[in-house]
Amino acid sequence: MTFTVSLNHFIFVSAILFSLGIYAVLTRRNAIMVLMGIELILNSANINFVAFSRYAGMDVNGHLAAIFVIFLAACEAAVALAIVLNIYKQFNTVNVDEVSTMKD
Amino acid sequence: MTETLFLQFATAILFIPLISFLVLIFFGKKLSDKSAIVGSGLIGSTLLLSLIIFFSKINYFHNQTFEYTFTWVDFGYYDSKINLGIMIDNMTAIMLVVVTLVSFLVHLFSISYMKGDIRYSRYFAFLGIFSFSMLGIVLADNFFMIYVFWELVGLSSYLLIGHWYEKTSAANASKKAFIVNRVGDVGMFTGIMILWSTFGTLDFEKIFSLMSLGVIPFESTVWLTAAGLLIFCGAVGKSAQFPLHVWLPDAMEGPTPVSALIHAATMVAAGVYLIARVFPIFTADALIVIAYIGAITAFVSATIAIAQYDIKKVLAYSTVSQLGYMVMSLGVGGFTSGFFHLVTHAAFKAGLFLGSGSVIFAMHHVLHHHNDHHTDPQDIRNMGGLKNKMPITFWTFLIFTLAISGVPLTSGFLSKDDILAGTLAFSDLTGHTIIPIIAFTVAGMTAFYMFRVLILTFMGSHADSHRIDGIHESPWQMTTPLIIFAALSLFFFYSPNPTNASEGWFYSAVVRPETAVPENVSASSIESFEEAVHHNHGKAITLSLLIAGLGILISFATYYWKKISADKILNMFPKTFKFLNMKWYFDELYDKTVVWFTMTTAKVLAWFDFKIIDGLVNGTASVTKSTAFGSGKFDNVVVDGIVNLTAYTFGFFGLIIRTIQTGKVQTYLAFAIVGALMIFFFFN
Repeated sequence: MTFTVSLNHFIFVSAILFSLGIYAVLTRRNAIMVLMGIELILNSANINFVAFSRYAGMDVNGHLAAIFVIFLAACEAAVALAIVLNIYKQFNTVNVDEVSTMKD
Repeated sequence: MTETLFLQFATAILFIPLISFLVLIFFGKKLSDKSAIVGSGLIGSTLLLSLIIFFSKINYFHNQTFEYTFTWVDFGYYDSKINLGIMIDNMTAIMLVVVTLVSFLVHLFSISYMKGDIRYSRYFAFLGIFSFSMLGIVLADNFFMIYVFWELVGLSSYLLIGHWYEKTSAANASKKAFIVNRVGDVGMFTGIMILWSTFGTLDFEKIFSLMSLGVIPFESTVWLTAAGLLIFCGAVGKSAQFPLHVWLPDAMEGPTPVSALIHAATMVAAGVYLIARVFPIFTADALIVIAYIGAITAFVSATIAIAQYDIKKVLAYSTVSQLGYMVMSLGVGGFTSGFFHLVTHAAFKAGLFLGSGSVIFAMHHVLHHHNDHHTDPQDIRNMGGLKNKMPITFWTFLIFTLAISGVPLTSGFLSKDDILAGTLAFSDLTGHTIIPIIAFTVAGMTAFYMFRVLILTFMGSHADSHRIDGIHESPWQMTTPLIIFAALSLFFFYSPNPTNASEGWFYSAVVRPETAVPENVSASSIESFEEAVHHNHGKAITLSLLIAGLGILISFATYYWKKISADKILNMFPKTFKFLNMKWYFDELYDKTVVWFTMTTAKVLAWFDFKIIDGLVNGTASVTKSTAFGSGKFDNVVVDGIVNLTAYTFGFFGLIIRTIQTGKVQTYLAFAIVGALMIFFFFN
């Protein structure tokens, strides 16, 4: 039996990755971990872009979007890490629960 | 002198004293001692102007009347207007001189008499406003203005009687004067209202001319008499006629120069002036009432004066008595003689008061020097033998006493004699013989009690000669007015003939006006009265000389030669003496009747106020209070309950909902994801 990798497989992987990312974002208390979760979500989107592009015969439109997202993610990571660094300086912690001045 | 100049001068005379008042009341504290000079100077200038007006009026404009009138209020219907205006006729010109002269001399006298007084400048300010108001009465040409100034003299009299208001008696006396005057003024006001409703104008001349044309109030001569008598009520109050005479003796609580100015020479004469001014409106009946009121006043107060020991009280009752004389004279028709007596009396009575002021001043100082605060400096029993110590005061006082007693060569003889002749003429014409009998009796009593004062004060020897050792004559500011008044109490100022005034300038200047009332109710005509007076003139002179001489003789016999013992007579008639000494118990009578009635009414009204009105108010209050309590409860329980319930409900839901708002981004994100999934699930 031949085993062909279909679109569904890609989507399945992407969905797992997305779920893991969401899970990380929702459950991690460490800001770095949350950022890593976001990276997972972005990359799951990238997989979808590329997969849909390949199976729908849309040349490199999807690849371009994926590259754009990677680029975007790099920027996001740079800004977000800078914010985290500043938060650490300010609050001496990177625990997102403790970094709260609006509550109370 | 032109008409305009006359009116300008008169206006200046009227307002200069007002300026004096304003300056002294506002800058008196700064001026302190100089305020007397300011006040006297300003009054002195009015005296000069008055003299100019007087001489040119009498000499060159004898028969003219100058008048300036302007409309103050125009009611716009029936031609009703209230005018203000001044009028100068001979009577006004004479009164201007009398008022400003007495006022000026009293200012001068007060400079040293009031020295050291705590309200020195205020005193002179009040003298200023008094002069203003009095001159206003004199110059007024209508009832409205005369009434306004009438009340103003009442006010200034009140202020000056109460000058030493720390003394309860002075404060009470000023209130008494004010209230008693008010009684008369109500009558006067009513009378003016009757005239107003009939004529629609208050100008003297217009009323007189309309009345001569036959217009009378409510087309009834009774109302005409009533209007006259009501206006006379004002004079009864101001001129202290029976039965409203009670205020004047009490008014002696004021400073003595004030008594001289207001309560002897000018203000009390305002009533007489008013009667003279509105003389044409009086009917024969009204004049008879006026004559009797005057006669009763003259008699009652003369009897009281005999039994008084306070020098100022004697003079006060003698003033009331002389005012009664004037009123009586006007009532019997002796217009000129009544007004003439006003003028002569102003001079010698002001002099008598200033003389008594001089004596009291000296007594006060010497008693003060001896640290004697129990002896009354005004009691004539504490005086005596002052003749050599105070020669100027004594001699001038003697001239005044001779004048008031009606001794020949004095002004008082001229005027009094003519009044007496007038009463005789009246009794001849109408048969009221009681009037001349009273008039002559009073003349004798006047001579008696005035010489009693003179002898007890100045002659004889002092009971305690040591006490009066330090007494000396008063300073020149006080003696100069006395000398001037003494000179003015002599006959030659008024008439070249010492026995008959009708040859003098006065009798040609002041002529009884033609009556304006209908013929059937008018008094006997001027001609018949003049004839009767002429007929009785010799009789009057003889009788009055006899009676005055008798009075003086008895006085000397009793108090100087001691042939008649006054004490013995007192012991014979203790009740009569008490009755006279207590002033016929008028004050007690009024206390028991009028005052009691007023007080009782006040008490009843107070009870009504406290019980009924306050009860109503308190009842309303408690009703309001319980209503308020109920609505408060409703507010607290129901309204607040609803509000609180709403708030609680929202709070409760808020509490529930706020748990969603954790403040954690991750929770929100979880919600967002769940929401997105749900949308996905439902709409797929």
